[in-house]
Amino acid sequence: MTIADTPTTDHGTLELGGGKAFEEREFGFWLYLMTDAIIFALMFATYVVMSGNIAAGPDAKSLFDLQHTAGETFLLLLSSITFGFATLSSLENQNNRVIFWLVVTACLGAGFVAMEVSEFVGMINAGAGPGTSGFLSAFFTLVGTHGLHVTAGIVGILVMVGQIAVKGLTNPVRSRLYRLGLFWHFLDIVWIGIFSVVYLPGILS
Amino acid sequence: MSQREVTHTYRSYLTGFILALILTAIPFALVWTGAMAVGTTLVIIAIAAVVQMLVHMYFFLHLNLRTTPRENLLALAFAAVLIFIMVGGSLWIMFDLHHRMMG
Repeated sequence: MTIADTPTTDHGTLELGGGKAFEEREFGFWLYLMTDAIIFALMFATYVVMSGNIAAGPDAKSLFDLQHTAGETFLLLLSSITFGFATLSSLENQNNRVIFWLVVTACLGAGFVAMEVSEFVGMINAGAGPGTSGFLSAFFTLVGTHGLHVTAGIVGILVMVGQIAVKGLTNPVRSRLYRLGLFWHFLDIVWIGIFSVVYLPGILS
Repeated sequence: MSQREVTHTYRSYLTGFILALILTAIPFALVWTGAMAVGTTLVIIAIAAVVQMLVHMYFFLHLNLRTTPRENLLALAFAAVLIFIMVGGSLWIMFDLHHRMMG
């Protein structure tokens, strides 16, 4: 199960991703992720500035539910490692196992998004929508943007499953799988920021 | 970018997962039990978050000084500097303003 046991492919690739021909795309995707990190960082800054401005509306403590957040966190963390298993399976050229782990990852991601949507709907129905206060505007912008990213990631995973099923693990497909993995793991890192900056201090206050 | 790193093993992914789980459980447990003062808890939340981000970067994104290409690390360092200036500067200005208006 270690790298040493991994067979080489027909193309002789012992490398992750799609090999030399795709290095520029993979670097370009990395640059995109860095710009995305800056967008999220500024939304965090906005949230921290706005978090006290509740405009006589509900505050963080009355809106957030620690168990709900813990559930979301666990689903996303678990999806990170199942994507890792998909990556490892791709290095072992096990197409079906890659597809299996990708489907598991997509299900965990969908569970996360479903929990988030139910949280948002509950808040909006309780009169705590994004228009209620500066705090809630910043909250929905930050957490909603992350949720949209995860949703886009799920669509990406489903497209990936189709490509592996139809084309197999060719070098272009490997490169896309590698970039999708970067995206997915990156989103989990952003979520660490969200529960550490938004939810935990909110419940604590 | 495409070099395969030592962190591409099941053992390594599981290590990262367990570390991440512990680093998530600590702040959640502290908030759940309220065992410590609010200030102390906030500091521990911040430390656990930074360490967990590093764990994810090493075990899941496979960033390290040995095999990650230099331009990727440079881009990461540049983004970190930008984030530090923009986030740090924004918070400094806004809280200073708040202090002067309300103080």
